[in-house]
Amino acid sequence: MNRFSFWCRIAIPCFVLLTGPAAFCQDDVEEVAATTEVAAEEISIPVEFIVHNLWIMIAGMLVFIMHLGFATLESGLTRSKNTVNILFKNSMIVCIGFLTYMVVGFNLMYPGFEDPANGFFKFAGFGFMMNGTEQLSDPAFASPVYNEGYTAYTDFFFQAMFAATCATIVSGAVAGRVKLSTFLVFSTLFVAICYPITGSWKWGAGWLDARGFYDFAGSTLVHSVGGWGALVMAALLGPRKGKYVDGKPRPIPASNLTLAAIGVFLLWFGWFGFNGGSVLSADPGLVSLVLVTTSTAAAAGGLAAAVTSWVHGGKPDLSMALNGILAGLVGITAGADQMSGLDSILIGLIAGVLVYFAVLFVDTVLKIDDPVGAVSVHLVCGIWGTLAVGIFGAMAGGEQIVNQLIGIGAIGVFTVAFCLIVGSILKATMGLRVSEEEEVIGLDIGEHGMEAYSLSPTRLH
Amino acid sequence: MKKIESIVRHYKLEDIKSALTAVGVLGMTVSEVRGFGRQRGHKETYRGAEYTVDFMPKVKIEVVVDDGKCDETIAAICDSARTGQVGDGKVFVSTLEQAVRIRTGETGDEAI
Repeated sequence: MNRFSFWCRIAIPCFVLLTGPAAFCQDDVEEVAATTEVAAEEISIPVEFIVHNLWIMIAGMLVFIMHLGFATLESGLTRSKNTVNILFKNSMIVCIGFLTYMVVGFNLMYPGFEDPANGFFKFAGFGFMMNGTEQLSDPAFASPVYNEGYTAYTDFFFQAMFAATCATIVSGAVAGRVKLSTFLVFSTLFVAICYPITGSWKWGAGWLDARGFYDFAGSTLVHSVGGWGALVMAALLGPRKGKYVDGKPRPIPASNLTLAAIGVFLLWFGWFGFNGGSVLSADPGLVSLVLVTTSTAAAAGGLAAAVTSWVHGGKPDLSMALNGILAGLVGITAGADQMSGLDSILIGLIAGVLVYFAVLFVDTVLKIDDPVGAVSVHLVCGIWGTLAVGIFGAMAGGEQIVNQLIGIGAIGVFTVAFCLIVGSILKATMGLRVSEEEEVIGLDIGEHGMEAYSLSPTRLH
Repeated sequence: MKKIESIVRHYKLEDIKSALTAVGVLGMTVSEVRGFGRQRGHKETYRGAEYTVDFMPKVKIEVVVDDGKCDETIAAICDSARTGQVGDGKVFVSTLEQAVRIRTGETGDEAI
């Protein structure tokens, strides 16, 4: 018999065995629902709760769309011989990010510090929602008892989507030469341990929160954390073969700018949820304000980067304009709920100019090969956006600037240290890079044994 | 039998095809190639770094004709491909030893 029918004979009985118990679970849930109904009568679910919760669930779905954006952007900006590899990394990071958040991340990031001022590390135990049906049978988890704005599940869902977006920032910077297995190990550790610990310092009500550090939707907690990871790993990895000749960078052009442009628009779209949902309620004033500030900064960033590339570079560079849009989005993310329209424009404009020169700086001065500009967009503009909270808007002030600097510095030091240690160990043990031969042929063939675009005439039929 | 290879501007392909059909050349093979002669490339920039693209996209047309038709064919190609600018291309002629029609097995001039 051929291989397909062989595996069918194995897979079908397994499928039945695995789904069988699920059929019994349905009965369990009905029983649980019956007891829940009794308990639920004691907990009222106001309509406001339903509306708040609904918005945050939708926002979480919008954040998920950012993964479409990352996938298309990264595959568009890198070479087609590596497309399968980058898409595989993007797909796996979503899966790994979500699962590790359930097993470890959520309870590391929101452990409930008893003494917030000294909240540096606490672990609330393994497994959100993994302790049998206890949570399902406790109505508190799905009611305002948990939180006035959302259920525990919505909380987890929304935050898990954030974790995965942080992890995927690194994949663009290491594209084209990182070993797949090593990268997956690094990403797992990065999203499971590094991201939640620094996140707990602010959103988990830890010591940075107690100090007054402010990061509305994650310019530092998500974007610059990802950016630091990208910087360290790209530096440890080294440039793609042929990128630097006699110390000068040679351009390695994008394979598909159509995909890259679509990716940026998908990211902008997803950002409506990224920032809009970070209000953590459906408050009409705040959410609508955030949508306006977010889009304003994106628009200003795109325009600024486009004009800068036109004036400084001689011709308007699409990839820079696209990076500019993202720069504006990252820049507004720390203070989207604090800014006026004018503040947003200024933050976006400055981010757009910053990202252009940051790309050149990283490329020509630091000589770090960053195929998609991850460091320039997420790290540089993440820091800018965080500082901007002290410079513009309702929280502007010298004291706030200091608080922002403390947060930027502390999270930077921790993340760089974590990535240096983990990255160096991986470099010495598993190896970070693919072989030179494999890099030349392409990681699609080398790591996956398949091509993204099977165009060879001998295989057409 | 002569094999005539011409490297021409890609937007001239349709004109050349019409001209060839007019002189009775009924078959040809076309491929997309890149190359340069005296025509220089152009500069491109990507993310702040400038680079030169030397190889220009061209089209290569291969036709096989019998000896008597050779000059006529070359003239047809050149007249339809010419713009007068650097980069018009070149025609190369070589003598073919053998040709076979796969379907029928005919050889030589009957195979053209």
